[in-house]
Amino acid sequence: MSERPIKLTIAALGGQGGGVLADWLIEIAETEDFIAQSTSVPGVAQRTGATIYYLEFFPRAIAEKAGRAPILALMPVPGDVDCVIASELAEAGRAIQRGLVTPDRTTLISSTHRTYAIAEKSAMGQGAADTEALAELVRKQAKRVVLFDMDETAERNHSVISSVMLGALCGAGVLPFRKSNFQETIKKSGIAVATNLAAFEDAYQRAQRGDSGFTGKATSKLSQDVPSQAATERLQPLLDRIKRLPAVVRPVVLEGARRTLDYQDPTYAELYLDRVESTAALEARLWADASSYALLEAVARSLALWMTFEDTIRVADLKTRGSRFARVKDEIKADPDQLFGITEFMKPRVEEIAGTMPAGMGRWILSSPRVTAWLTKFTAGREIKTRTLSGFLMLYLLAGLKRWRRGTLRFNQENTHIEVWLAKIENLATDNYLVAVQLANAQRLVKGYGETHERGWRNFTTLLAQLDVLAARSDGGSVLARLIDAALADEEGTTLKREIAALTPTPPQPTAPAAPAPVASLT
Amino acid sequence: MAERSFAKEVETLRLGAGDEFHGEGILAVTKALLQSGVAYVGGYQGAPVSHLMDVLADAEGILNDLGVHFEASASEATAAAMLSASINYPLRGAVTWKSTVGTNVASDALANLASSGVMGGALIILGEDYGEGASIMQERTHAFAMKSQMWLLDPRPQLPAITAMVEKGFELSEASSTPVMLMLRIRACHVYGVFPAKDNRRPAFSAADALAAPSRDYGKIILPPSTFAQEKEKVEKRLPAAVQFIAAAGLNEFIDGDAQDVGIVMQGGLYNNTLRAMELLGCADTFGNSGIPLYVLNATYPLIPEEWVKFCSGKRAVLVVEEGQPEFIEQAATQILHQAGVSTRIVGKEVLPRFGEYTVDSLRTGISAFIDQYAPQLRATGTIPAARKTQVSPEGAAKLAALVPPRPSGLCTGCPERPFFAAMKILQKETGPLHISADIGCHSFATLPPFNMGNSIMGYGLGAAGASAFGTDGGKRAVAVMGDGGFWHNGLTSGIGNAVFNKHDDLTIIIDNGYAAATGGQDIPSSRGTNEHRQGNNSIVDAVKGVGVKWVKRTHTYDMQGTLKLLREALKTPFRGPKVIVADGECQLNRQRRVKPIMRKAIKDGQRVVRERFGVDPDTCTGDHSCIRLSGCPSLTVKDNPDPLRTDPVAHVDNSCVGCGVCGEVAHAAVLCPSFYRAELIYNPSRWDRFMNSVRCSLIGALQRRSERNRLTI
Repeated sequence: MSERPIKLTIAALGGQGGGVLADWLIEIAETEDFIAQSTSVPGVAQRTGATIYYLEFFPRAIAEKAGRAPILALMPVPGDVDCVIASELAEAGRAIQRGLVTPDRTTLISSTHRTYAIAEKSAMGQGAADTEALAELVRKQAKRVVLFDMDETAERNHSVISSVMLGALCGAGVLPFRKSNFQETIKKSGIAVATNLAAFEDAYQRAQRGDSGFTGKATSKLSQDVPSQAATERLQPLLDRIKRLPAVVRPVVLEGARRTLDYQDPTYAELYLDRVESTAALEARLWADASSYALLEAVARSLALWMTFEDTIRVADLKTRGSRFARVKDEIKADPDQLFGITEFMKPRVEEIAGTMPAGMGRWILSSPRVTAWLTKFTAGREIKTRTLSGFLMLYLLAGLKRWRRGTLRFNQENTHIEVWLAKIENLATDNYLVAVQLANAQRLVKGYGETHERGWRNFTTLLAQLDVLAARSDGGSVLARLIDAALADEEGTTLKREIAALTPTPPQPTAPAAPAPVASLT
Repeated sequence: MAERSFAKEVETLRLGAGDEFHGEGILAVTKALLQSGVAYVGGYQGAPVSHLMDVLADAEGILNDLGVHFEASASEATAAAMLSASINYPLRGAVTWKSTVGTNVASDALANLASSGVMGGALIILGEDYGEGASIMQERTHAFAMKSQMWLLDPRPQLPAITAMVEKGFELSEASSTPVMLMLRIRACHVYGVFPAKDNRRPAFSAADALAAPSRDYGKIILPPSTFAQEKEKVEKRLPAAVQFIAAAGLNEFIDGDAQDVGIVMQGGLYNNTLRAMELLGCADTFGNSGIPLYVLNATYPLIPEEWVKFCSGKRAVLVVEEGQPEFIEQAATQILHQAGVSTRIVGKEVLPRFGEYTVDSLRTGISAFIDQYAPQLRATGTIPAARKTQVSPEGAAKLAALVPPRPSGLCTGCPERPFFAAMKILQKETGPLHISADIGCHSFATLPPFNMGNSIMGYGLGAAGASAFGTDGGKRAVAVMGDGGFWHNGLTSGIGNAVFNKHDDLTIIIDNGYAAATGGQDIPSSRGTNEHRQGNNSIVDAVKGVGVKWVKRTHTYDMQGTLKLLREALKTPFRGPKVIVADGECQLNRQRRVKPIMRKAIKDGQRVVRERFGVDPDTCTGDHSCIRLSGCPSLTVKDNPDPLRTDPVAHVDNSCVGCGVCGEVAHAAVLCPSFYRAELIYNPSRWDRFMNSVRCSLIGALQRRSERNRLTI
């Protein structure tokens, strides 16, 4: 069989510069005296969709010897591609899906970063594809892989991903072209030459090193080490109480204590620890020699989040912190000495206003249609300039209401809910431990603001109504877990309704509490 | 001014004999037109032929030097009607559009043109939008060629072949007094290649010559009895002339192969992929030397009976590689052979896919099946190894399906249509679902996530017309959406005028983004920019009033509150009759192209510039993503939750944000959450800026340090 062309597929997203990369490669190939062909099907994919560019290269010398031009195909063929370069990890997956990456043949060069698809982004909770599984599959399917974060590389060099991809291709050595010619092409383009060359070189080096060992594993953000000494003498007792808890839960509880302390005051942190300790005692009663503390872990986590619910005071506090200004400055890539303003978008509803008032007054407002109607006048969306004196002071003073927070309507409501929730957990734990654990996890439904928060609370109470049925089922725990997912499946709550309708109560059966499964499988 | 500047490509149009043209297929066609002495060119943009229009639009200078008249036609019908210049005069004309949608629009003029017949060569360049990357319903242009008797060329997807066919196409058209269609598939339009250029030719005869001495022939008028004579001439004169020319000029190619009792016939456009499939099967090499005789149809209509008989005689079976359905060529060939008494078996869709694009993979499978069935001895002699099989394991495939999220097209970052459709989504939370008649354009993407609205799409500019049946019902009002492109294409009459005349009580929204944005930002009559060759700035509102609409209002899409109010009013108002809302908002792609350089220069020149962009505070975002469900902006995405206690990802605005303001509007309109912020970056601050900043920083800083001191941690 005669010489065959080199086949390269670029898997990219519309508007990501895959076309630029293809043009560069054509130019390089022609300077290297190769016959080059590229083709694509941009169409509507130019508008953020997934698209591929396909290139073939053939040595001119051989064609001239044969006295005929090679016949080059217009699309990649499964099992017949030498190299696939993907600008994003899921697109590498898509190339594999199309059969373009085969273990006997294909070098796969891919960025490890993700550009999330709309379905992943718009999920009501965690909807992103499993990068760990993707990375594993990519490795399994390709003959050779070059994996690194091209997006980060581009940004670090103030360049674009196409120059990074060019560098990666050059560094991976899949094309018989000289490095100098790659660089020449960037220079000839005349646009952002310096930064593009820097990005090219950076990517070249990364690719030369080959597989970066990327696994896509998520690592726990909890600080595992519990300090021996508290910052101040006054807080030492808190720390000592945490140290008396089982080792596995200490990191979570420490974070929870810090959170509640930051949210209110030491007394509030103590209240948090009181509640955690009573759950710890419960665990101890249930299992003499427990190796894992599923319930304690879940309660400690959920309780910390619930006790630090986002009320207007909390939001004002977070928005006015110096650390926040610094984070914003970093995020918007402002130069060190560049001036910038920040504008917040606040739209408090009557509920929020009343919630910030002393409980009695708040209830009176909400109970009186006339007052509510009048207050509605003040609920128009407001833009607050946090870096002007007026704007800052307004939020700063609001944050200052913290010391009276315990008296506000919202605090009283949330606190009651928390106590009811904890009581239910405690009662459940003895009859059906796993349901209790899932009830602790169910707190994640109650989040957000305004309508989002209302929806979450609605779903949460719907689940509470099912507890008796669930407690009576040996598989109650897994069912409740399923219901929580169902609640997060759609805004209208249709999936949840369906799942609940499907529940057919079974007569209660005496069940010894099931052995606690490892934390991982439950939380 | 189109999305892409073709200044560089335009220069390649100046190339002459001895030069080598390097570039995209569709640009090569443009060059070939000038080499053929074309006198006038028109057309309507649409993938995959938009670049042809864009390049010509950027090349007015060269065209004027050559005396070539170019028009960005109002519609494909306009372009087709333009070809009438070739009926009475020896003027070569060419038009282009996306097929089959554009050909549908042009059919009326095309049918009449084909009946009258032409004196000057008339060439219709069609981007066959079929298969992967297509954005329209899947049909074949071939049927139009047959019904109106126009010739159809389908050249090999290589620049030398394509450009040669442009020149031959004009000759064929003149030799047979018939308009000729040249179709190019998507990949052929975008294929990069090389061909030896020739000098451009000034048209021998010009429009001015025609106007100086008009010629008239009643025989060319579409009225009886001429029409009967024209039909007779089609069959008795033009068809034979075409067959004779195609055979004599050798437009179709015969390639020998050792196997004598089988053969393969293919559409020219499928040549490269068919040969690759054969190479993979081991019955052809990289240079196209084939083990099986080939007959390549660069002209797919009309077919040349003599050539078929010659190729098929003595063969057991011949495989016809014909993409799409119905299988017109397969049917015609069977008839030709039957009538010629040739017993060769014609094989086609019994081994190849009955519908859809012919990928190399499907061709490999089909040809392999053909060989097994009709030439097993080829396998026996080992000429043909078993086809390579794709190597993704089934379980791997299953895994992937779950891992690889679908990636539908969507509105670009900062698209002005996003806030409008977000408003529509909020509106429907109040009104319940509405019947929405959608249209063609960027706004078609509103039928996809996250907006998911629009009940039907009837065609370009037909959004309002599509709501006609619900126009006067008097129940919940129907809503129609139409783009400014579709509006000028035909929507003004087919939709708005019709609604007025028939006293519709519905609501039509015209999205005015200032360009034919979906096809690459070409100018349209209402475009704001100044263009020396076009008369822009024609008001949509005036046009709407002109056809009799009494209730017409404007809104700016970025003003979501105002838009929402207007939408509510339009649906509730007691006013009976068509209601029209013109929703303003310049296409962000084009806006950025216009604004960015200006801003960069201003910053360089030391002027005070404020650049806005949005952000999300991760510590107040609770990861519900309502904002994303109402926006879907590419720059509004998610990232890992930095909070060690939370698992749900938080919303995040990446650097591509252009600060269009939608995030803030959505946060307010939907009462979402306080996590969004807008940052105003100041370049070249004034003295006052610096002074105020220092005052603010010192005071605010002091307060922040104070609360920092009081903040406790373990």
